[in-house]
Amino acid sequence: MDITWFVVLSALIFAIGAAGVLTRRSPLVVLLCLELMLNAGNLALLSFSRMLGNQDGQIFALIVMVVAACEVVIGLGIIVAMYRRRLPIDVDQMNELRG
Amino acid sequence: MSATGYGWLVLAFPLAGMLLLALGWRLWPGRAAGWIGSAAILGSFAASLGMLFELLDRAEDSRSLVGSAYTYADTAGFRADMSILVDPLSVFMCLVVSGVSFLIHVYSVAYMSSDQGYVRFFAYLNYFVFSMLLLVLAANFVLLIVGWAFVGAASYLLISFWYRRATATAAGSKAFVINVIGDVGLVVGTFLLFDGTGALDYAGVFEEAGHAFGRNDAQLVAACVMLLVGAFAKSAQVPLHTWLPDAMEGPTPVSALIHAATMVTAGVYLIARMHPLFELAPAAADVGAVVGTVTLLIAATIALTATDLKRVIAYSTMSQIGYMILGVSVAAYGAGLFHLMTHAFFKALLFMGAGSVIAAMGGVQSLDKMGGFRRAMPFTFATFTIGALALAGFPLMSGFFSKDEILAFTLHRGGGYVVLAVAGYVAAGLTAFYAFRMVFRVFFGEPVPEARELEQGHLHHGEHANPATGEKEDTEVGFPGPEHHVAEQAWPMKAAMAPLALLAIVAGALGIPGVTDTLEHFLEPTFEESRFLETHPSESSEWLGLALGGAISLLGIAVAALVYLRRPGTAPRLRERFSAVHTFLSNKWYFDELFDVVFVRPMAAFGRFGRSMIESVFVQGVLVGGTVGVVRAGTSLARAIQTGELRAYAFLLVSGLGGLVLYFLIVSI
Amino acid sequence: MLFEQLLFFVAGLGALAGALGVVLIRNPFYSVLSLVVHLISLALLFLLLRAEFIAAAQVVVYAGAVMVLYVFVVAYVGGSDEPLGPEGGALGRIGPLFAGALFLELAIAVVGSSLSALDSTGPDVPASFGSPGEIGRLLLTKFLVPFEAASFLLLVAAVGAVVLARKRRGLEDPDDGVPTLSVADVLRQEGAR
Repeated sequence: MDITWFVVLSALIFAIGAAGVLTRRSPLVVLLCLELMLNAGNLALLSFSRMLGNQDGQIFALIVMVVAACEVVIGLGIIVAMYRRRLPIDVDQMNELRG
Repeated sequence: MSATGYGWLVLAFPLAGMLLLALGWRLWPGRAAGWIGSAAILGSFAASLGMLFELLDRAEDSRSLVGSAYTYADTAGFRADMSILVDPLSVFMCLVVSGVSFLIHVYSVAYMSSDQGYVRFFAYLNYFVFSMLLLVLAANFVLLIVGWAFVGAASYLLISFWYRRATATAAGSKAFVINVIGDVGLVVGTFLLFDGTGALDYAGVFEEAGHAFGRNDAQLVAACVMLLVGAFAKSAQVPLHTWLPDAMEGPTPVSALIHAATMVTAGVYLIARMHPLFELAPAAADVGAVVGTVTLLIAATIALTATDLKRVIAYSTMSQIGYMILGVSVAAYGAGLFHLMTHAFFKALLFMGAGSVIAAMGGVQSLDKMGGFRRAMPFTFATFTIGALALAGFPLMSGFFSKDEILAFTLHRGGGYVVLAVAGYVAAGLTAFYAFRMVFRVFFGEPVPEARELEQGHLHHGEHANPATGEKEDTEVGFPGPEHHVAEQAWPMKAAMAPLALLAIVAGALGIPGVTDTLEHFLEPTFEESRFLETHPSESSEWLGLALGGAISLLGIAVAALVYLRRPGTAPRLRERFSAVHTFLSNKWYFDELFDVVFVRPMAAFGRFGRSMIESVFVQGVLVGGTVGVVRAGTSLARAIQTGELRAYAFLLVSGLGGLVLYFLIVSI
Repeated sequence: MLFEQLLFFVAGLGALAGALGVVLIRNPFYSVLSLVVHLISLALLFLLLRAEFIAAAQVVVYAGAVMVLYVFVVAYVGGSDEPLGPEGGALGRIGPLFAGALFLELAIAVVGSSLSALDSTGPDVPASFGSPGEIGRLLLTKFLVPFEAASFLLLVAAVGAVVLARKRRGLEDPDDGVPTLSVADVLRQEGAR
């Protein structure tokens, strides 16, 4: 398969993830959509790694996975804390940082 | 130990004493702090003796040593070391400073013992002596300026020692401000010298100055005049002298320290130290000589009418420093420094005696209220009279030899200098007169109640009040303590005054023309390249000068005796007869008023103008208001973006990414 | 070749379907499950790209561990249905348009780029390409510092999560406290009986 296919697929997944982040209201699902975008990035990285015959891109992908894991842990921690304090779990109502 | 090693010790002792006293001020009971401070200065004096003996062991042409602790700064074309210069001049100054300071410390142990700020006082004293020693030991301009500024700061602390007295703090501020003018002069002078020579250490500057500047080169003259401004401010020469009489607000030992050992002698030292420059720039040296002469005349005339005992002595200091400045400016270095030393002895003695008298008066300083203390205070009377005799230049006393040597040398230079010498002789007569005016008014005549009380063995305790304004005071910290001490009842004061009295009598033996020239010979290596080294009045003319000086002195004393002893009513009659002159003199030639009109009022007017126009309209309105407006507008814009909605942020992110990609697409086409 | 193409389309369709499921399904629980499908499909694509180790890590760490975490949290918080309809006003409505524009841009960029290598399957690579051994060697030699930095980041995240999820005193309603039952209570009751 040509690398182009992989890259275009990754762009498509990335756009779907972005659309999800922009439209969904549950922070949980927003996090899931972020995962989608990160994985799209990973796919692109691995594609280019294959295209160049260089394994450095794979290491990059690994590091992205680590960052994704951290993000998940913190994001879920925040959601749990919000739930405990009985705050509304809705992206549109989290606007306390208004300037 | 090497001579420079002793030199560092000279500095280390007072510094250690200061730190010990300042950091452990709670720890020292009773008079312990006083003895610690005195011991530190004694150690310094011993180390100075060590330097002296080390130097005497060396050949005469190798008696100038530089010891460097470390390099403070070393950059392109600029090098400053933490280094000290040990040569006959600095050793001489160290001996005088530490020796006299030690005796003043011992005196203070008793004199200040009831003051609430006892430990603080000695910490300041040690700091003062340390600063002065740093000043005289410095081997380059950087360290000299440091010491110079330290001395100014220390004088401020000590003059304002009774800090709850408004007059004392005002006097301290005045001294500090005028000293800073001098500091600026010194720094500017140093810049000019550095600009010409590219060096900062004395040796380098003096060597390069010969190549860099011609004789009376404009820049060199400017530099030397700037140095003179520094010297005048420290040494209280006209017109920068007004701080010195006000400095009498400090405790009496501080006055003694400022006038005898430290501070005011710094200017004389500076000119002596910079003599190669002044010989290259005789125009600047002449400025020094003229200003010195003017000062010695003005101060002597003011001292005639001053009624505050300490202020009379203060003006006599100004006058005597004028002699020294005259001496070192006309290249009579040995004579000038000789007078510096003898003056240190008898002036410290006079202040100690005055302190004792003021204590007996319960803090009152006015001559008008004193009288008849001769029987009540025999020791003070004897020592004070010795000091006054030395000050008056009474034959065979120390001041006799040193002052007349300066005048003889000035006469010998001939030309216009003769005028200066004549003025010096006139002032010498005035000096003898006002010196004995003090003696006669304090110790002779009808005893005042305080003297009678003391004769019975009771020390008078007056109300605690400011002697200048009469304001009531308590005796807590920041004001003088409850007890006063007179020399007759406190042995440390006696112990300090006796050696000084002895020295005031015999110190002249170091420089009797044709018999001894120990001091001048010792100082010679420092001044060996001076053009005037061989210029010397002949022995006979020196003796002639001495005879003239002695006669004038005797005349002055005799007139004083006539006016104040034989015909006590003469003085008021004279005052009425010459009331205009008297008013003029007792207002100190209106120098303070002159400064007020020339400097203070225009500055205040300018300040008011700046306040109303520049500050409120330009700064407050345009600068501050404009800045606030810009910031406010910018932040309200930033606040509009910060909606706090997660979705909005995500939207911005995605659109930013989209825009970025679009940009690259457009660029790549 | 044919097998590879077949695999790509199967896995690619699976990944797309999973992604769309995440975005479109209203119940968060099914969204998570949909993401698992997506991740496993991606792992297959990774295998096609000769990234064996990453594919394995994707399945084990991502689709396994991380997704389990999601499932737990969804179960804890309660995966209530949410209306898909955008409430965020105009922004939420034009969001998909922006995403579509982004995809178009990216696609144009990829297809229009002059990288000829994009239209190939990539150079021949040795059999060990992407194997755990190779990745491990790289991680411990060339990329040691990023590796350590990543481990440190994980540590920080772990500590942060503990701090976030901890029960705080004083912040919650006082009568909200769950009645606690200590061992001593149990023993006393036993004794009473």
